[in-house]
Amino acid sequence: MTLDDYFQIGVTVTLGSHTFEPEAVKAFARKYDPQPFHMDEAAARNSVLGGLCASGWHTAAAWMKCNLGAHRPADGWDGPEPEFGPSPGFRNLRWLKPVYAGETVTYTRTALGHRPLASRPGWRILTVKAEGFDSTGDKVIEFESAVLVKVQ
Amino acid sequence: MTGKKWAYEDFEEGASLDLGSKRVTAEEIVEFASEFDFQPMHLDEEAGRKSILGGLSASGWHTCAMFMRMLCDAFLLESTSQGAPGVDMVKWRKSVLAGDTLTGRCTVLSKRLSKSRPQLGFVSMRTELFNQRGETVFELENTGMFLTREAVGA
Repeated sequence: MTLDDYFQIGVTVTLGSHTFEPEAVKAFARKYDPQPFHMDEAAARNSVLGGLCASGWHTAAAWMKCNLGAHRPADGWDGPEPEFGPSPGFRNLRWLKPVYAGETVTYTRTALGHRPLASRPGWRILTVKAEGFDSTGDKVIEFESAVLVKVQ
Repeated sequence: MTGKKWAYEDFEEGASLDLGSKRVTAEEIVEFASEFDFQPMHLDEEAGRKSILGGLSASGWHTCAMFMRMLCDAFLLESTSQGAPGVDMVKWRKSVLAGDTLTGRCTVLSKRLSKSRPQLGFVSMRTELFNQRGETVFELENTGMFLTREAVGA
C-alpha cells in the first residue's frame, strides 16, 4: 500500500452529516457572528438571505467536526500510523447557498495530493478539497485546505 | 438601514480599521473544540504542550470565528453589509494559545461597484490578527458586499 492509497488521493469520501438546528444556529451566532440573519427569524425574513441561516463559519466548522468523526482507512497499511498535525490554512472558500435553520448538510473530503515539507523534515503536507451539500443536493460550501502529516 | 455608520463609500482603499482586542480563554478554546475540532491539542493543556502548537491552542476554525466576532464588533454590525460570497485565503500562521490577547487590523485593498447592481459594491480586505507579542497569528483575505449610501437613503 502506497501513501497515495493511504490518503485515498483522488477519492471523494463522504464524512457524514450535520443538522443545523435553529437553536444551535442562534447560539453560534450569539457568540461569533451576531448578524441579524443568523440570530432572529423575523429579521432574517426581511434580509437579503430571506430566512434564518447558519453563519458561514458555523457551516465550515461543522465540516471539521465531520472530518474528524470519519474513520481514517488503515487496512493494508503496515507502516507506523501517520500522525496528523495542524493545518497551515485554506484557500478559495465559497459559501454558495445559504444554509437555512433545520437544513442538513452532508460533507465530503477529496485528498488532492501530498509533498514533503521543506521546513520540517519527516512531515508532509496533504492538500484536500472540502465540500458540503444540502438536502436537495446543492453544494453550499467548498474550500481547499491542507494538513501537516508526519510519516515515518 | 438608515443611520448605519459604514456604507460602501466609507471604505477607502489603503485605509486600515482597528479590530479591537480579544482575550482568548482556555474555557472557550475547549468549548469550541469539544463541539467542532476535538483534537487533543485543542482540549488538553498537556497534550497541547507536547504538540507542534506548544500549548492549549485554539482550533483554527475557532480563530476564524473569533475574527468574525471582532469584525462584527468593530464595524460590520454598523455597516450596510450584504454578506460575503467567501474567503480567498486564510493562513493560520502561529498557534493561538489560552491566555493570548489578540488584536487585529483590517486593510482595504480595493473596491468596485457592481456592474449589474449599481447600489451594491464589493470591498476587498486583508485582515491580520496579532498576539500580545506583536506576532501575526492569522491572515485572511476576502471580499465583502456593501450597499451604497444612496441605496439605504442615508
